[in-house]
Amino acid sequence: MIWDLHNHINGLPGSTPDEHMENLLRFADRMGIERICVFMGYPFINEPTPEQLRTQNDQVLQALAHWSHRAFGFVYLSPQHLEFSLKEFDRCVRNGPMVGVKLWVAKRASAPELDPIVEAAASMNAVIFQHTWHKTTGNLRGESEPADVATLAGRHPGVPIICGHSGGEWETGIRAIRHLPDVYADVAGGDPTNGFVEMAVRELGAHRVLYGSDSPGRSYASQLAKVMGADISEADRKLILGENLKRMMMPILRRKGIRV
Amino acid sequence: MIDVNVSLGPWPFRRFPGDTPSDLVARLRRRGVTQAWAGSFEGVFHRDTSAANARLAKACETAGSGFLLPFGSVNPAAPGWREDLRRCHETHHMPGIRLHPNYHGYKLSDAAFADLLREARDRKLIVQVALNMEDERSHHPLMRIPALDPAPLPEAVAAASGVKLVVLNRMRAPAGEALEGLARAGVHFDLAMIEGAGCAGSLMSIITSRRLLFGSHAPFQYFEAAVLKLKESAITGKDEENILSGNARRLLGAE
Ligand SMILES: [Zn+2]
Repeated sequence: MIWDLHNHINGLPGSTPDEHMENLLRFADRMGIERICVFMGYPFINEPTPEQLRTQNDQVLQALAHWSHRAFGFVYLSPQHLEFSLKEFDRCVRNGPMVGVKLWVAKRASAPELDPIVEAAASMNAVIFQHTWHKTTGNLRGESEPADVATLAGRHPGVPIICGHSGGEWETGIRAIRHLPDVYADVAGGDPTNGFVEMAVRELGAHRVLYGSDSPGRSYASQLAKVMGADISEADRKLILGENLKRMMMPILRRKGIRV
Repeated sequence: MIDVNVSLGPWPFRRFPGDTPSDLVARLRRRGVTQAWAGSFEGVFHRDTSAANARLAKACETAGSGFLLPFGSVNPAAPGWREDLRRCHETHHMPGIRLHPNYHGYKLSDAAFADLLREARDRKLIVQVALNMEDERSHHPLMRIPALDPAPLPEAVAAASGVKLVVLNRMRAPAGEALEGLARAGVHFDLAMIEGAGCAGSLMSIITSRRLLFGSHAPFQYFEAAVLKLKESAITGKDEENILSGNARRLLGAE
């Protein structure tokens, strides 16, 4: 069972969310991926306005309308627009079909504006996904480091939070979140550098490691290879490829009556 | 299956699972590889490339005679590179060489690069040019390697017409017309660092399966990525045969 934590409806040919989904799933099908999590629409906007957030979430809602048997939606929020984001959470998650929250690069995860968003998500058991990168070339102004996620998680013990990309430069990223048992490592979206998943399993335990691809910007192939090619047990591989994500999502799926 | 892009270790900044020659050979054989073209990480970082190349030749012989084919490093920005080229060819009997322009500090528009292409061509050596080794966002902060501009490549290839050139670790560039032109001029590309859903099929639709080579960049990268890219793009039949071994055999002059 493969569930892919990290997908976008931006980057392949297509003029509607439906066409994007169709093109994406054509490749996912070949790789045996059952379910994909989808967030953000098109184009990618680093610091979206409330109107832009709403448009992008509408695109994901449109994608879910026909593909809810294959896809889960996460609502794209921005701590730059906190009041709006809380309302958008209600529209898309509390009262809508989405099951998670995506936070990208508008503001660092250590900022206090994140707290009400995390509290809202936790009240619904919604999955919280925060992009992080630790770039030698320099981060964007509002782009989180894994250390920012660690700071945020320290204020919300017991709430699962996903450290997107494990910081990209994962050797630093994994160390930054190691001491926080509720912080999960997403392996998506970097080169398939050998040893990544082995280190994550060694330092965090396989139950805290999640497969995702960041497709279509990344190839399902290169990202699956991190898990398929790792020197880990078959039981750990299954956890990472889908069982961990399923376990994490079951409370909100049950709450919403979504059967898997 | 011929993997045209492996390296013997160690990498200076981390160990990789399977980065000793014997372990690498065992892992590649288990996955169905019958021959691998091996450069060396020493050849990327050491200034005494003559010694690195001699060790590479010996390691290939010891760990995988007939299985690992050594591709020595030559740095045309360093004095004495012609002697390195000569030794790769005449002393170590290597089928080709591997270049690392951004790690060795030269541009593809430099005259020495053009000279090297011509001299390698005259010796009928395969020339592999690695455009990248690692995402620049992840470089060690004390050793940031500048990105390589691939734009001068078509002109350099035209000036060394007939050279057997293989581009390794292409990320996004070259693209568009430059990419098509290079493929028409006989330049080959490997699968290792291309990205995006369906990337192998997309690249193949531009350069044709006759110009695509199976390269994994192991042990730096997980070997499985290259295999799964063919599956993701549903590449089968004659195209798959070209990529997995036919093209590499033709470059070696074996058919
Ligand atoms: Zn992403």
